[in-house]
Amino acid sequence: MDALSLFAAQVNAGDTAWMLAATALVLLMTPALGLFYAGLVRAKNTLNTFMMCIGAIAVTAITWAVVGYSIAFDGDGDILGGLNHVFLHDVAFEPRDGTTIPQLLFMAFQGTFCIITVALISGAVVERMRFGAYLVFAALWSVLVYAVLAHWAFGGGWLIERGTLDFAGGVPVEMGSGFSALAAALVVGARKDYGRQALLPHNAVYVLLGAGLLWFGWFGFNGGSGFSTGNSSVLAFTNTLLCPAATLVAWFALDLLRGRRVTAIGAATAIIVGCVLITPAGGFVSPGWAIALGALGALPPYAVIVWRPRTRVDETLDVLAAHGVAGFTGILFIGFFAQEAWNGVSDGLFYGNADQLGDQALAALAAPAYAFGATYVLLRVLGALMPLRSTVHAEALGMDVVYHGEEAYASGEGAILVTPEAGIEAEVPVANP
Amino acid sequence: MKLVIGIVRPERVNDVLESLFRAEVRGLSLSRVQGHGGELDRVETYRGTTVKMGLADKVRFEIAVSGPFVQPTIDALCEGGRTGEVGDGKIFVVPLERVVRIRTGETDHGAVTPVRE
Repeated sequence: MDALSLFAAQVNAGDTAWMLAATALVLLMTPALGLFYAGLVRAKNTLNTFMMCIGAIAVTAITWAVVGYSIAFDGDGDILGGLNHVFLHDVAFEPRDGTTIPQLLFMAFQGTFCIITVALISGAVVERMRFGAYLVFAALWSVLVYAVLAHWAFGGGWLIERGTLDFAGGVPVEMGSGFSALAAALVVGARKDYGRQALLPHNAVYVLLGAGLLWFGWFGFNGGSGFSTGNSSVLAFTNTLLCPAATLVAWFALDLLRGRRVTAIGAATAIIVGCVLITPAGGFVSPGWAIALGALGALPPYAVIVWRPRTRVDETLDVLAAHGVAGFTGILFIGFFAQEAWNGVSDGLFYGNADQLGDQALAALAAPAYAFGATYVLLRVLGALMPLRSTVHAEALGMDVVYHGEEAYASGEGAILVTPEAGIEAEVPVANP
Repeated sequence: MKLVIGIVRPERVNDVLESLFRAEVRGLSLSRVQGHGGELDRVETYRGTTVKMGLADKVRFEIAVSGPFVQPTIDALCEGGRTGEVGDGKIFVVPLERVVRIRTGETDHGAVTPVRE
């Protein structure tokens, strides 16, 4: 690199500027998800639910830099990447192959994807999983499952080599989180009150605000996945506006048909579903087809969201429906309606290329199978080494007090200041019962 | 006629309601209260501020019943509210002087008997 120049050769200033912003936008999605999830749980678990998302940032940003990035993006092995980028070896200012942005920035951008994906899975196990066990799970999952799926879909693995189209992460992020969430819910087990009591969202405003911020961040998520300011990024960015809007309209209609009222939490869910639907397809389908995808694609997740609570599976915040099933739908949709005139890469079945549908179907089978299977085994092994879930007593008390020693809505009534001089004595019995 | 006051853990409220309905006790009020009954204090820390939380959230049931319903009501509160840990709550039974049902003006026994439809 020329010491006098600001950039490595082939690095484009405009592309790099946008990707810097897009990376920050994607990172915002994780706290936004925390807010969304926190609103959906009971008040006594607000902080723990939010902290699972914050914990995902803490743990996964590190595992990604240490080893995850290398497994996902070093070389083009069929199943796994290499280890040449472990500890960010050789990840610096030279452009990442196939892009015009520095590899260091590419690494950070992809890292924020890994973070949000891990955070998404927490939705399946909130209100009962032990916080420590969750952090260990997050660290292992980010490497053993996310990095592998990211390699298949983005990093030169077998799916991308075959020609499977996945613009912004239908395979690793959406199907990866959704089907892993199902496995996690099965292994960790249902909350003690599940199916016996109504377990209702405690703050619908958090849910709506969280969904809104997620949508905002998703412009960086999809709009940045072209790694440039080029046509595919502009297309994906615009489709990220249109597709979720169509999903909202469709969700309103479905809510009206089912319950005669348009629900707010339904609308928040629709925003997420719409963004997920367009995630794999963003840079590959026309704006018109993006609207169609948003409307038609709402049906499968809606059906699963209505059906799932009738089962014994306490997949608490419906990650499977909103991410797994919607991601699956989006991946398949590309196989039908991708349009070379818009994406410059490939047509789908509708435009005369049936092979594309085959490649998409393969991804739609392989990703859920690996995500579910690997997560199931990982949690079974982890469960043999440490308890995964809280005691019944802790679950009754609430995760906030048990794991964080704080309450989201502390009133301060009856709170006695403990001065450092007096020393902190935990659990002082104040009277003999 | 007695007023049965039961103070229970918030997380046991659904179980208490269930056993009350099973005992055919149908008229009740409940309110969220904070109290202290000999359980261990929780220590919470907010940045540099550490506090002992002396009060715990509880739910207070108030149930006015006629004589034959007193014991079933107490049994139902115990059955639904008990976990065996300190902090399960208490039941107080106090005499009632008068009861009036506002809608009909019925008094006393007529007023504490559930409406049969």
